[in-house]
Amino acid sequence: MSDLLNVRDLRVTFPIRREGALPWSKPQPLQAVAGVDFTLRPGETLGVVGESGCGKSTLARALIGLVPATGLARWNDGQDLLAMTPRQMMAYRSDIQMVFQDPLASLNPRMTVGQIIAEPLTTHRPKLGRAEVKDRVRAMMEKVGLLSNQINRYPHEFSGGQCQRIGIARALIVEPRLIICDEPVSALDVSIQAQVINLLIRLQKDLGLSLIFIAHDLSVVKHISDRVMVLYLGRVMETASSDDLYGNPQHPYTQALLSAVPVPDPTIETSKTIVPLAGDLPSPMNPPSGCVFRTRCPRAQARCAAEVPELLGGDHGIACHFPGHLTETEIAHARRTEAA
Amino acid sequence: MALLELRDLSVRFQTNDAEVRAVNDVNLTVEAGETLGIVGESGSGKSQLSFAIMGLLARNGRASGRVIFDGQNILNAPPKVLNRIRAEQIAMIFQDPMTSLNPYMRVSDQMAEVLTLHKGLSKRDAVAQAVQMLDAVKIPDAKGRVRLYPHEFSGGMRQRVMIAMALLCRPKLLIADEPTTALDVTVQAQIMQLLSDLQRDFGMAMMLITHDLGVVAGSCERVAVMYGGRIRETGPVGAIFAEPTLPYTQGLLDAIPRVDQDDEELRAIPGQPPNMSRPPSGCAFQPRCPYRRDVCATIDPPLEAFAPGRARACHAPVPEVLGRMTRAAPEPDQPAAHPNEAVPQPIPRGAVAGAGAAGTTSTTEGQ
Amino acid sequence: MVIDQSKMQSLSDRLVQDEVKGRSPWADARRRFWKNKAAMTGLTILVLVVIFAIIGGRFAQWSNEELDFSVMGQVAQMGQPSLENGHYFGTDNLGRDLYARVVQGTQVSLMVGVVGAAIAVVVGTLYGATAGYVGGRTDQLMMRTVDILMSIPYMFVLILLLVMFGRSMSMLFLGIGLISWLDMSRIVRGQTLSLKNREFIEAARATGVPAWRIIIRHIVPNLLGVVAVYATLLVPLMILTESFISFLGLGVQEPLTSWGALISEGAGTMNYGTLWQLLFPLFFFVITLFGFFFVGDGLRDALDPKER
Repeated sequence: MSDLLNVRDLRVTFPIRREGALPWSKPQPLQAVAGVDFTLRPGETLGVVGESGCGKSTLARALIGLVPATGLARWNDGQDLLAMTPRQMMAYRSDIQMVFQDPLASLNPRMTVGQIIAEPLTTHRPKLGRAEVKDRVRAMMEKVGLLSNQINRYPHEFSGGQCQRIGIARALIVEPRLIICDEPVSALDVSIQAQVINLLIRLQKDLGLSLIFIAHDLSVVKHISDRVMVLYLGRVMETASSDDLYGNPQHPYTQALLSAVPVPDPTIETSKTIVPLAGDLPSPMNPPSGCVFRTRCPRAQARCAAEVPELLGGDHGIACHFPGHLTETEIAHARRTEAA
Repeated sequence: MALLELRDLSVRFQTNDAEVRAVNDVNLTVEAGETLGIVGESGSGKSQLSFAIMGLLARNGRASGRVIFDGQNILNAPPKVLNRIRAEQIAMIFQDPMTSLNPYMRVSDQMAEVLTLHKGLSKRDAVAQAVQMLDAVKIPDAKGRVRLYPHEFSGGMRQRVMIAMALLCRPKLLIADEPTTALDVTVQAQIMQLLSDLQRDFGMAMMLITHDLGVVAGSCERVAVMYGGRIRETGPVGAIFAEPTLPYTQGLLDAIPRVDQDDEELRAIPGQPPNMSRPPSGCAFQPRCPYRRDVCATIDPPLEAFAPGRARACHAPVPEVLGRMTRAAPEPDQPAAHPNEAVPQPIPRGAVAGAGAAGTTSTTEGQ
Repeated sequence: MVIDQSKMQSLSDRLVQDEVKGRSPWADARRRFWKNKAAMTGLTILVLVVIFAIIGGRFAQWSNEELDFSVMGQVAQMGQPSLENGHYFGTDNLGRDLYARVVQGTQVSLMVGVVGAAIAVVVGTLYGATAGYVGGRTDQLMMRTVDILMSIPYMFVLILLLVMFGRSMSMLFLGIGLISWLDMSRIVRGQTLSLKNREFIEAARATGVPAWRIIIRHIVPNLLGVVAVYATLLVPLMILTESFISFLGLGVQEPLTSWGALISEGAGTMNYGTLWQLLFPLFFFVITLFGFFFVGDGLRDALDPKER
């Protein structure tokens, strides 16, 4: 099997108790991730985009075992990650590591940088000697662009970008094969973002890592990803290679998202047409029937409410009954309905 | 006469450890009806600048200079004057709408309160006007929703409520501090559209403070770039984006990935933003600047006009900066880990910033 | 970069050689604490009181049990504080040396306070952190137990304990220890809940760090600030509790004494013109409480500078 990770029908359900409900009443299920499929090849970067509440962070936490999930997540050796006991999972935890969104909050303020980076190593390779651990930590610090003589400093003495480098070093120290990055640059300043993105790309090339890169910033995802997956209300709307998805978006939601991304060029930015989305995001407690996007879709028809569209089309998968580029008239019509 | 004029506006904060010079000698004008974008990273002083204008600085902050609004200096004015101007002439909206909405009051009561207090309207008229304003910010079913509490609105709608509240008294100037940073792109597009529509309808000026160059490109006429507490480049939006004459602006534009282009590699700006309690000597950007020369380390360049409507604060000549629109230098990925609190080092900051790059060669020894 | 490579290399070698020492959050807090004048005054007072408790006995001319027969019966006239007969603080109603008794009472009161607070810190922190971190049903069970224990009027239980099993120091420690950790565990649990969702805890869980190590290495060190502040406020509370019990006559047994017992005695005889019997123990009691409150305040400011 050549795929590193093969995910089929991944679902995460949270029990939510209605406000004011009695403590023994049965909680309602909230499907944060509702059947996601994807495959990830070694050395590949999968970008996951979507707006807040689309389940992208939950997906990351499910893959790494922080929240319980159902479905199938077949690892390279044929084992299903989701069916494992915590003890079995332990062996795979060093293969999958995570980089978090908030650089400072993801580091324990009472530990030195050395202790923080060493923690996964001491957890997974308890037999390593103290000196060996320290050597590896220092080497890793150099690798992510930190001076290794800073090993005894504390997180608050570093800037945001440097803290994120520490987080990356912590993820890399156990030599994982997959790193899940949950919004790794969205808390960073523009000038620092580029440093961290470049670092991730370089490390990926050097070490042959696979990345799952989760972000709401479509420009960043485009830059770093080989394949991109667009999520909406916990479901995959469209998935394709990065060039294909950005160059030739087929799903109306993808088109709306892409049109809304601001471009740092006044001439383009002031003349472009934005596909308007009607209304608000529906509650995930009570998702629309059929296609979940239909309540806001400029192209929704009766069939969309009745049938759930399947993700079809092989390499360029689209979950839509009526895929294709939106026409000027459709956009104009959508704008009128939005204004009404 | 300009609607708002800032003259040598400075803001200092007294903290336990040191004095932080958040804003330094800012000179700026906003004409009636225009949109001025203020761009800067966190810590560049852009938010403190707006707080100083509004008289909302934290207790340990002190502002000096002059803020002339409609011909009247309002900096450090008595609270009574400020309160009137704040409500009726200058309004402000924030990144987090909940900072300006009281979670325990119905939206109708909050909005009506502003009008009864400042305009002397009766409660009934005030609520009617509030509904009108909610309509204007395109909140569906405004009449029904006005009775709701703030938390019952979604994020984008809450932002609209805050905008409606800010515009109740028809201010002449709206200061928007990162109004869309916490929002999703589709909602962001809607809010920015709304703001520019409202601005046109009401004929007000807007100061848009943001770190997002894309947002600035879409909605501003003029741009001021802040770095290290100072404005370092101003000009019309087209010129700034097409030919940035400031190394920092150029670096920023090079560093952001674009959704409409295939950029093979991002050119990151090396190093870290300055710590304003210990700013570097001379120009604040000098430790990270590819055009650095000797004079940069000693003299902070003044903001000087070099073309009509354009000004910059940089020692490097304009042609040199424009000549290298994209830098040929290899990717300077490795800014040193150099926490600002380092033991006093005899080595200049810029040199240390490069040490990390050299340090990477030693990775092999640990492997 | 115009700087030449060899120079850079030597520079980086030099930097690599000496590891920079970090400035821990504790060191920061310590520096802020030293700068706080009120807290330093409080700390000085406490140190003096502790020194008094430890070596004060050496300067006493009389033991705390001896009766001075020369003043017996005419305490109001003869038992006044004086340097000549060695009763620096005067005598009590039975003619015992009040100085020696105050030294002795200080020892007992401080011990009760510190032991009570220590039990609270150890038991309360571990209990609260475990309940908060494990969560779910375990948390419910553990916290409801605390609720039930709290709903029992503790003074009543304490008095019952002392009456049933006799008045002894160990009984007193046991009784105070039983109640002191309840509040602490609640506070710690609340803090743990908010810490639990921080990303660095998630990061540790994602790596597979075992639960007990997360509690010990990640949660407890981040709780210590709150715990330290609360503990300094708990010590005076414990002293007050003990004093109240002693005031009721159920505290430590004669010839041992405590501030509460001394104040009680002094208050009983203040109408007979022996006001010093009240004032000396009361003075020590009050300054110690002040000391602890100032130190607690200073600690809070030092550990949480944003709160001001």
